[in-house]
Formats: sequence, C-alpha cells, structure tokens
Amino acid sequence: MNRTVARLTVRGLLGRRRGVLLLVVPALLLVISVIARGADVDKHDLAVNILGTLSLGTLVPILGLVVGTGVIATEIDDGSIVYLLAKPLPRWKIITTKLAVAIVTTWVFAAIPTLLAGLIIYGTKDNLAVAFTLGTLVSGAAYSAVFLLLGVVTRHAVVAGLAYALVWESLVGNFVSGAKTLSVQQWGLSVAKAVAADGSLTAPVALGVAIPLLIVITVAATVFASVRLAGMTLASEE
Amino acid sequence: MAVITIDKVSRWFGNVVAVNDVSMSIGPGITGLLGPNGAGKSTLIHMMSGFLAPSAGAVTLDGEAIWRNQQVYRKIGLVPERESMYDYLTGWEFVLANAELHGLADPGAAAERALALVEMEYAQDRRTGTYSKGMKQRVKMASALVHDPSVLLLDEPFNGMDPRQRLHLMELLRRFGADGRTVLFSSHILEEVEQLARHIEVVVAGRHAASGDFRKIRRLMTDRPHRYLVRSSDDRRLAAALIADGSTAGIELDWQERALRIQAINFQGFTTLLPKVAKEAGIRLYTVSPADESLESVFSYLVAS
Repeated sequence: MNRTVARLTVRGLLGRRRGVLLLVVPALLLVISVIARGADVDKHDLAVNILGTLSLGTLVPILGLVVGTGVIATEIDDGSIVYLLAKPLPRWKIITTKLAVAIVTTWVFAAIPTLLAGLIIYGTKDNLAVAFTLGTLVSGAAYSAVFLLLGVVTRHAVVAGLAYALVWESLVGNFVSGAKTLSVQQWGLSVAKAVAADGSLTAPVALGVAIPLLIVITVAATVFASVRLAGMTLASEE
Repeated sequence: MAVITIDKVSRWFGNVVAVNDVSMSIGPGITGLLGPNGAGKSTLIHMMSGFLAPSAGAVTLDGEAIWRNQQVYRKIGLVPERESMYDYLTGWEFVLANAELHGLADPGAAAERALALVEMEYAQDRRTGTYSKGMKQRVKMASALVHDPSVLLLDEPFNGMDPRQRLHLMELLRRFGADGRTVLFSSHILEEVEQLARHIEVVVAGRHAASGDFRKIRRLMTDRPHRYLVRSSDDRRLAAALIADGSTAGIELDWQERALRIQAINFQGFTTLLPKVAKEAGIRLYTVSPADESLESVFSYLVAS
C-alpha cells in the first residue's frame, strides 16, 4: 500500500462525475426494494430474485467494472500514469494499492446497499441478507481484480469487461450450464448459499470449487497486472 | 556525473523502424535533440526514460540498464510531452504527491523548493486544470525536479509556449546545465536548440544524422549547396560575373520566370560575393530569395552527407 497512490486514486475515482454515477445504481436498488416490499408476492422468492439477479448479478459486476477500470484505465488513457511510473516505486505496490481502493469502493457501493436491500425486503430471515452481502463482498473483490487487469492490458477495458459480464456470465451462463463454473457471479452465489439457511438458496457451483477459483483468479489477475505495468510502454505520439 | 549511453539502439514498431542503429552519449550540460517531426526523437526519449524497450542495443544510465529498472528514477527527472497531469489537483498537491511518491524524507520542503525554482508559488493553490500551457510546463518541471535528479529529460518542452515563457524556461534549463546536471531536450526548431544547447544531436528519419557543438552543426547546415532565385537588371551579365567565382557551382537562366537559378557552394562566400559583383558591374538586384531553406531540406542534406 502506498498512501499517496491511494489518495490520488480515490480522488480521481470519486472526485468527478463518476462519484455521482456510483451512487445512482445502488440508490436504484434500494428504491426497487422499498417498492417491492409492498408487493403481494412470496417474499422469499422476491428477496432471492432481487438480491441474486439485481444485486449480485447486475449491480456488483457493473460497479466492479466502473471502479476496477476507473482506478487505472483513465490514467493510462490520458498518460498521467507516467507520474506514478517515473518513480522508484515497485509496480506491484501501485497495483495492490489501486486494487484495495477498488475493492473497498465496490464494497461500499455494492455490498452495503445489498445488505440494506435484503433487510428491507426479507429482514434477517434465513440469513439471506447477510448471505448475499458476503456473496457481493467476495465477488466484488474478484471483479475488481479482473477489471483492473483489463484496464492495464487493453485500451478497450470497458467493452471487454461488459462483454464478459453481459455475454459470458448472463447470456452464455444461462444456456450453457458449464459456463457457470467460470463465473464470478456464480462463485459469489456459492458463498451466499453456504451462509444462508439450509434449503433457502441453490447454487450450481460447489463451494469447494468456488473458493479456490475466487482466490486464484483474484491473485493471478493482480500478479499479471503488476507484471504488465512494469513493462508498460508509452505509445509514441509520432 | 550522470551519463546516458545509447549503444547501437534500434526500435521498430511492426514493420516501421522508428530508430535505426543510433549510438550517442549524453553527459552533463545541455544537449539538444534536434530533428523534424516523426524523426524518432520521442522514441529515443521514451527509451531513455524507461518507457520503451529498445528492440536492439542498450540504453543505460551510468552503466545501468534503464528499461524495467525503477531505481533509475532516483536519478532521472522526466518532463513528458503530454499535458494531462491529474487536473483535479492543485499545483501544490501535484508536486507534493510527486515528492511523496519518491519517498523523500521531507516531501513538503522538497515541493516548496521545486515550486520556488520554477516560480510557480503564486499559482500553487489553483487546480492544474486551470493552468495555461506555460504554467503546466513549469509545474511539470517542478514535479520532475522535486527529488533533485542529476538527469532531466524533456520532450518538446517549448511546444506551444509563448516567447516569454520560452525565455523563462530556457533560463531555467541553462541554470540546471550550469549546475552540472545532464539536461536533454528535444525540439524540431533549430533556432530553439541553438540558443540553448552547447551540444546538439541531430536525428532524421530514425537515424543519427549529426552530432557535436552547435557551431559545427550550424556550419554543416550552412555549408551545404544553397539554391537561390535572383532577379536583376541584367541577368546574363550577372551570371557571367558570378560563375567566374569559386563559390558558385552552377547558374541557370530561367526564361519563364525571367530569373537566375543559382547554386552556391559556400554560403558565406556567396552572400558576400553577390552584392559585390552586382555593384561592380552596375547591375541592380531586384530579387534574392533562397529556394530551399526549409528545415526538411536542411535535414535531408545532413542525412545524405
């Protein structure tokens, strides 16, 4: 961790319009939860749907994408990363600091609203609210690491990230069940299932598979991003 | 003493060769890297500042490789060409952050000193996004100088500056050069380089075209064959008188233009000869204009020779 890198990253991430954008999506989740609470349907199914599809399936990947790429891709794009790189600072320190900022931001803007939404809809029953909150915590961390890596390796990080989140996880994952094994969202769901009351949740990926994959992906993405940053080439404008 | 050595360095991007087998050594004092746009100056500076790996050859600072070696930044201060620099920070916050990133013992004092050096204290509490081009350049300088580096690399530092800002920056760089620092800046304008740099390295089309004292470079550039277009009251008689002198290589009578096209060998000799000859022969000169004074033609001559 480097405090200066963290400070610059937080200000760059939240200082501008992006900060407002980050608030809008979670606010939407809470508004929907309040409205849904009044609906005359099975509250358990409602909670699973809203927390699973809307929160874990949409809010977390979107926030992870905006935040994960936002902590580094903007600086690489406009060239200001040169001020971080032209320093005797280990590259892995820059990456881990930025990752920490991304993870905490994702937690604040995704995990806390998820907890609130769960409590609003279903209270503390079946431990669902806490379960999904834990799911968003772990998947939020993994998304942050993966999307930060995308921000380092490609100039089209947002497009690539959207392709992964929407096409792979949502579309392919819905039709090809094997694809779910390689889905951050499903890993989060596995963690949620382990915490929730027995029988209240189903998850296609076993916890014994999900947890190692979460760790491997997060660590590997961080290591790879550090290596790529160390060999970062500044495009010549000539 | 900090010396950057570029040893048989080439850099290609796919099929395009940006830098072709260049060797040069840059030591204390001010060195100007001169060349037309697209000559490979930025590519060279990127390699010297560790942001580009040479495809072949080695770029070293005091014998240490620069690529993938973060420790060199303790000695190098870099002023990049691009302008973006955390627009949401004030000048003070920006320079202070740079001092902290260097891990300096007293970043506050270092930032203060650096901002004073470039005379930017008066605007240090304004956001850098509101700065003019010249102010940005100065704050970039302050950020590069905050750790008191022995090497300063500047990529096209005078681009877009007004004459006053240019003079100020030149004076600043002169001071660093006089301090015994190794200062290298790139430019595509001969006059700019000549005013500031004792030592000039010329690159053209990726190749090292010339190297040396600014007087030597100037001579190389002025001693090439010059072409002139001359109109006078009696072109034929003037031609006859000029061809008799050794400084003229060839004269053509251009009937359509009603003018003489003269190729001079010796710039100095010819420019004193022409008015003298005309005066002695009682010929009036109406037009004397150089036909190929563009920098590009000067550079292409250097490469050919």
